[in-house]
Amino acid sequence: MNPAYSVIFFTTASGAGYGLLIWLGVAAVFFDMPAHRWFGFAAFAVALALITVGLLASTLHLGHPERAWRGLTQWRSSWLSREGVVAVLTFIPAGLAAIGWVLLTRNGGVWAWLGAAAAILAVVTVFCTAMIYQSLRAIPRWNTPWVAPVYLAFALASGALLFHFGVRAFGLGLAWSGWAAATLTAAAWAVKLIYWSRIDGAAARSTAESATGLGHLGKVRLFEAPHTGDNYLMREMGYKIARKHARRLRIIALILGGALPVVLAAGATQLPDLAAAFVAAIAVISAGAGLLVERWLFFAEAVHTISLYYGTDAA
Amino acid sequence: MSQSTSLKTENVDTSPPVSDEVKTTTCYMCACRCGINVHLRDGAIRYIEGNRNHPVNKGVLCAKGSAGIMQHYSPARLSKPLKRVGPRGTNEFVEIEWDEAMATATEWLADVRRSDPRKLAFFTGRDQSQGLTGFWASQFGTPNYAAHGGFCSVNMAAAGLYTIGGSFWEFGEPDWDRTRYFLMFGVAEDHDSNPIKAGLGKLKASGDAKFVSINPVRTGYSAIADEWLGIRPGTDGLFVLALVYELLHAGSVDLEYLVRYTNAPWLVHRAPGEPHNGLFVRDADGNPLAFDQNTRKLVNALAADIAPALQGSFDLTQLQGVDGHLSGTVVPSFQLLLDRYRDPQYAPDAVAERTGIDAATIRRIAAELAHAAFEQTIEIDTPWTDWAGRRHDKMIGRPVSMHAMRGISAHSNGFQTCRAIHMLQMLLGSIDCPGGFRYKPPFPRPAPPGPKPAGRSDQLAPNTPMPGPPLGFVSGPEDLLVEADGSPSRIDKAFSWEYPLAAHGMMHLVIRNAWARDPYPIDVLFMFMANMSWNSAMNTTETIEMLTDVDLDTGEYRIPKIIYSDAFSSEMVPYADLILPDTTYLERWDCISLLDRPISSADGPADAIRQPVVAPDRDVRPFQDVLIDLGARLGLPAFVDEAGGPRYAGGYADYIVNHERTPGVGPLAGWRGEDGALHGRGAANPNQLARYVENGCFWSEELAPEQRYFKFANQSYLQYSADMGWIPEAKQIVLQLYSEPMQKFRLAAQGHGDHQPPDAHRVRIETHFDPLPIWYPPFEEDFSDDDTYPLHALTQRPMAMYQSWGSQNAWLRQIHGWNKLYVHVDTAREAGLADDDWAWVESPYGRIKAQIKCMTGCNRNTVWTWNAIGKRRGSWNLDVNAPEARRGFLLNHLITDLLPPKNGHRYANADPVTGQAAWFDLKVRLIKAEPGEASESVPQFPVLENLPGVEKRPAILRYGARFLPAGNWRRQRSSS
Amino acid sequence: MTSLPLNPPKKKLGLVIDLDTCVGCHACAVNCKEWNTGGHSAPLTDLEPYGESPLGVWFNRVHTFEAGDGAEGRTVHFPKSCLHCDEPACVTVCPTGASYKREEDGIVLVNPDTCIGCKLCSWACPYGAREYDYIDGVMKKCTMCIDRIYNENLEEQDRVPVCVSTCPASARHFGDLGDPNSEVSQLVRERGGYDLMPEMGMQPVNKYLPPRPAKRGAGDTGAPASLPDHEPGPVEAAGSGFLAWVDRTLSR
Ligand SMILES: Nc1nc2c(c(=O)[nH]1)N[C@H]1C(S)=C(S)[C@@H](COP(=O)(O)OP(=O)(O)OC[C@H]3O[C@@H](n4cnc5c(=O)[nH]c(N)nc54)[C@H](O)[C@@H]3O)O[C@H]1N2
Ligand SMILES: Nc1nc2c(c(=O)[nH]1)N[C@H]1C(S)=C(S)[C@@H](COP(=O)(O)OP(=O)(O)OC[C@H]3O[C@@H](n4cnc5c(=O)[nH]c(N)nc54)[C@H](O)[C@@H]3O)O[C@H]1N2
Ligand code: SF4
Ligand code: SF4
Ligand code: SF4
Ligand code: SF4
Ligand code: SF4
Ligand SMILES: [Mo]
Repeated sequence: MNPAYSVIFFTTASGAGYGLLIWLGVAAVFFDMPAHRWFGFAAFAVALALITVGLLASTLHLGHPERAWRGLTQWRSSWLSREGVVAVLTFIPAGLAAIGWVLLTRNGGVWAWLGAAAAILAVVTVFCTAMIYQSLRAIPRWNTPWVAPVYLAFALASGALLFHFGVRAFGLGLAWSGWAAATLTAAAWAVKLIYWSRIDGAAARSTAESATGLGHLGKVRLFEAPHTGDNYLMREMGYKIARKHARRLRIIALILGGALPVVLAAGATQLPDLAAAFVAAIAVISAGAGLLVERWLFFAEAVHTISLYYGTDAA
Repeated sequence: MSQSTSLKTENVDTSPPVSDEVKTTTCYMCACRCGINVHLRDGAIRYIEGNRNHPVNKGVLCAKGSAGIMQHYSPARLSKPLKRVGPRGTNEFVEIEWDEAMATATEWLADVRRSDPRKLAFFTGRDQSQGLTGFWASQFGTPNYAAHGGFCSVNMAAAGLYTIGGSFWEFGEPDWDRTRYFLMFGVAEDHDSNPIKAGLGKLKASGDAKFVSINPVRTGYSAIADEWLGIRPGTDGLFVLALVYELLHAGSVDLEYLVRYTNAPWLVHRAPGEPHNGLFVRDADGNPLAFDQNTRKLVNALAADIAPALQGSFDLTQLQGVDGHLSGTVVPSFQLLLDRYRDPQYAPDAVAERTGIDAATIRRIAAELAHAAFEQTIEIDTPWTDWAGRRHDKMIGRPVSMHAMRGISAHSNGFQTCRAIHMLQMLLGSIDCPGGFRYKPPFPRPAPPGPKPAGRSDQLAPNTPMPGPPLGFVSGPEDLLVEADGSPSRIDKAFSWEYPLAAHGMMHLVIRNAWARDPYPIDVLFMFMANMSWNSAMNTTETIEMLTDVDLDTGEYRIPKIIYSDAFSSEMVPYADLILPDTTYLERWDCISLLDRPISSADGPADAIRQPVVAPDRDVRPFQDVLIDLGARLGLPAFVDEAGGPRYAGGYADYIVNHERTPGVGPLAGWRGEDGALHGRGAANPNQLARYVENGCFWSEELAPEQRYFKFANQSYLQYSADMGWIPEAKQIVLQLYSEPMQKFRLAAQGHGDHQPPDAHRVRIETHFDPLPIWYPPFEEDFSDDDTYPLHALTQRPMAMYQSWGSQNAWLRQIHGWNKLYVHVDTAREAGLADDDWAWVESPYGRIKAQIKCMTGCNRNTVWTWNAIGKRRGSWNLDVNAPEARRGFLLNHLITDLLPPKNGHRYANADPVTGQAAWFDLKVRLIKAEPGEASESVPQFPVLENLPGVEKRPAILRYGARFLPAGNWRRQRSSS
Repeated sequence: MTSLPLNPPKKKLGLVIDLDTCVGCHACAVNCKEWNTGGHSAPLTDLEPYGESPLGVWFNRVHTFEAGDGAEGRTVHFPKSCLHCDEPACVTVCPTGASYKREEDGIVLVNPDTCIGCKLCSWACPYGAREYDYIDGVMKKCTMCIDRIYNENLEEQDRVPVCVSTCPASARHFGDLGDPNSEVSQLVRERGGYDLMPEMGMQPVNKYLPPRPAKRGAGDTGAPASLPDHEPGPVEAAGSGFLAWVDRTLSR
């Protein structure tokens, strides 16, 4: 699949935004976190901005952004539609919780429940996003049960890293958040490694032989593509990445997105707020870069069955 | 809940109006000439579909025909006459008015005609109006006229016409409905494009016929063959002769057929060294003789009810019934055939290695042919009467059919190879029988064919028409167009001792010879529809040099004046001095005549017209109108009336209706006679074109069932053919297994007769003019041995692209925007090459760089590419970075027009009998390009500037948006 | 799966493509483009039509494959357009309902007026049968010539998809694959018509007929492996090469 930057940006940014939202809810409900106004303002602003920018990016990516509302109508069957609906719904409790936290400096009681509702909807949104990919049988590397866990785990991890940076930047202590961010990031990468090992080890589900039905004649090779000219399908879905290149990028993603943030977040727990905030910021930036690479690879490494008609052996 | 809401959201209009008007005409995107219905809406072309009632295509269309809209609306179209102002080859032109253009052309041509008409060389490309252009040339008085046949497939035409009075090409077709075994030699697409596809579809649907394709490459038709034989190029003759060997050894030959329909029993003099050696034994009236087994006498071989011997050797002096003038030993020609092909040199084992087809396969194919012919015999209960008036209650068929085209013809041994195939057909008794190969009327015609060409200098005079047509058929040395000293009369040397049977002329030599002033200089080169500086040159780079070469003495170009008619900004345009822009095929009258290249089917004759379906939106004129106008301005007798005014003031449409070749026979056969009641012969009918238009722009007639087979010996058909004016008289046409005209040339070479070749050509003629088919290695093998140039290099026609002009077509160029060199995987591996690598391809004559694609369905010694995809940068109004130019390439840079000198003489790279260009003799080697070398094809040429008047090419094309309902948002978007 | 018709269409209009007969001429692809660029989905935009990298919308594309090696190998031309699946993923993923399957005949269409151009359907279709129009910003695809097959302005016999009517080799067949007695259904049964990528679970309506087994073996046509050799024949006179079988008395 061609890694379209808007989609990569959307999924990572809004994933982090939803993750942060989740952590704000969790912190309010389970950790009785004080409703620090400026922290709340910054955190909600960042979370909602990431979500909104992500959603806008993907809307502008549409052929007809002005008709985007139509995308909310087929929630009964379409994960994309569901994602849109839930994403819009999430704004309601999230907005209210933000009002409570920032304007009223309250995040307990009903405000906590609003926060929790926003967190749950955030989880559902991320799940819906993941399901858009996971449900596509035509892309076997996505059509595995590990895609949704990966998306959720990375949303939680990146949210935690942001949350951690926030609390340290505002000097709120809460050193546990460093451990949480480190643990979740490590856990997310564990899930991702499982995903990678699954897709690497999976037997091809479809082949040039099954795509053409000509396997009984022997090995099937593309002799001539329909056109020497380009086409939409190949631009969108024909992207190929060399194995060697992919492996290098995986390592980069793992270091930037996993190892470095884990070490930095864990290390930050041992540091005073200001220094911790600095380190946590580096963790966020590093993780962000790593995640962009991870997401880029998620697309680039996915082989669409269409490519079986254009010279690829197996998908 | 689950009711689809979407059903409510779209109201699909399932019955939108398609068009305001449908006009029929004839497709021109190739020479197949299918009938089309052009749907017009608001004056624009909405859709072009096949005409269901048309005899050629019966409703189907090919990819090119379907892309006609893009051809018509091409931004590469010329729009006004152009006069060259810069140096040749730079596209520096100014637009001029037609008055000036016509005046200039008339002045140049009149000068030539007044002094020496030979100094006009008029050559037309793959033109479909040779009836007119050839006639015009002969009226002008120049022998220097030809169309494209000489570089295309004259080997097939000549071998067929001299042998069976018809030919492959589009002059015949397999009996698709009945054949059980079909052999196809060297066809990728052919002129008979849609009928072949439809025919193969029929074979496939029937399920029990077998289709064998003999072709070094397994694509297209070969891909669906039941068996593909990946033969080594240039060796089909050997393969066929090995089949003949097998059949003769098994006695699997249709002797009855040979006796009845061929010259197998005709007696031949066996008198080595004598002037009549190898000629037929004839009586005083010129009739060939045979030995009658019943009476044991010599009899007229054309007589009915004789029982002629097919073998033996007879001493004339001991036979009764012999005219006094005969003596010596004679044998039936079939005896010579038996002696020749039962020789072990033709055994499957002897040819297997050379052809690349193993001996067991050759033996099996021979057995299958015999099985199909003799065990699966067809009988049709249609009574018919033969030439001698004898009634037969059945038609017996040998359901084996064959078709061959340029894979055979484009080799220097193509004429003889094609004759070998016709011999195989005759031995199996499968020509024009049910299930066999069938003639399309007006064929068969007598073999050897007529008329003879005119053009010796004693036949020419200033301001005087020639006494005959410039192209024709010679049947012996006396008919050649050579001067007293044996030198060629024509600029292209056609019909000279070098290429005696060059029935279609030799367009591929015009530029070379005009440049070299060999045999003489010319003044004006007038060309129509031929991209001679590009894909139809055998040596593009050199041709460009010759077109631009300046005579240092005069400061003039060595080819002083070039007039050219094209419809598009092709690679040839920059090399002309005066451009006469043509219309597109949808803007003009045209005529597809039985006098030219007919569109008949085996079941009946047909001809057709084109009518203008849209009016030109620019200042262009149909070339045929222009030519007729020039004819009148020059005062060519047939083009002016008594008063000296134009005889065909109405242009080509007028000519089509009113011109008569012989009394009552004109370009069109349908609706003749004043009231249009006559077909074939009849007075001109002023309403003829209207009748054609009413009938879908074609005329066709069905033969009666009894006329449909054995046309060469079918009384009713022969009578019909004579009545139509196609053959001089309703006499049997005897198939020429043994070719006497060939023997006449051989005798001349051996020193007999009044007309003998110059010494330098004797051996060549003696060797190649064998009256029985022979095989010899293609000439190129002498210069490119297997060690230095191990690979054969071929081109194939892509089905979805037409020659050079497909590339301007926005739709077709997406399918074939550039080409690669296809190589067998093993061969590629040996050369260290993989897919997409760039490689140098080298021949003795040049070097190109191309991108590689590996395949398995290819002869290992063969590389190939799609023909004419490569374009010159800046031509055809394509972007200068168009892939056609940056990645596409021509093999032509590797080919040569003249072979290297042999005994001091350079012959054309052509068949020694017909002069057919030997495109496919090319041998090459592959060398991997260095990693640093640019990913671009080589050679590249200076980028051409756009011509004046050529439209800006659109960045986005949204053809068809205009047909959406007014106000539709998608229609608005198209204003970009 | 709520966006699919509640009652699965009984009528299943579709194509049957004969890979044993297709010569790869691209006529179906170009004629489809020609008809449809002025039809229901008009236009079929071409970007850079005369440029360096032309890219156009096509509903039908003809691929060519080589299958197997050596003498057993085949070259197979392989036209492919929308297969009008029974369970089309392109429809179920569509967030707008622009992509839909018609209840009356099973044809899968896109409504250009409601499509938002999210391209998800093109990701979901395993066959590559969806074509995005960059200028219109909507998805387009084979319409089964919906504006032709029912078109009352055309003569009855012309009411077939143009890729079928134009195919010179008659390698394409159109009909109701939901009716077991239709000609196309019979053809599928007789020739072993098959689904592409059955593992995708789309249940395509269009079927492909496989290349027939080659006839390359001795005896495949009923002929022997080679002809008997009549030589040396009994009546063959020494030296002259006189052959008994040629010596029949045959009348002209
Ligand atoms: N679509 C399309 N149709 C066309 C044209 C076009 O450009 N495009 N051009 C028209 C013209 S001008 C012509 S002349 C005809 C030509 O039509 P074809 O006769 O089909 O000619 P080519 O495409 O040149 O293909 C020659 C075939 O012969 C094979 N071949 C080469 N050498 C040998 C050999 O030694 N033995 C055998 N057995 N096979 C061999 C090649 O592999 C190739 O398949 O097509 C006409 N029709
Ligand atoms: N390597 C290689 N070269 C070959 C061959 C091969 O097999 N291999 N085949 C040879 C054969 S068989 C042939 S026939 C030749 C073909 O070679 P050409 O006859 O040169 O063929 P085209 O490319 O069709 O060029 C014809 C010209 O006609 C112009 N034209 C098109 N339509 C019209 C019109 O309506 N009016 C006018 N006035 N002009 C028009 C085009 O713009 C183009 O410039 O190529 C030969 N060259
Ligand atoms: S074969 Fe194609 S291009 Fe040639 S005349 Fe027929 S439709 Fe036109
Ligand atoms: S038109 Fe027919 S033969 Fe040609 S590519 Fe299409 S299906 Fe194949
Ligand atoms: S082939 Fe693709 S586009 Fe067509 S119905 Fe099936 S899934 Fe949808
Ligand atoms: S691109 Fe259009 S048809 Fe496809 S899923 Fe999106 S809205 Fe539906
Ligand atoms: S059915 Fe119509 S739209 Fe579909 S591929 Fe055929 S011609 Fe194109
Ligand atoms: Mo040709």
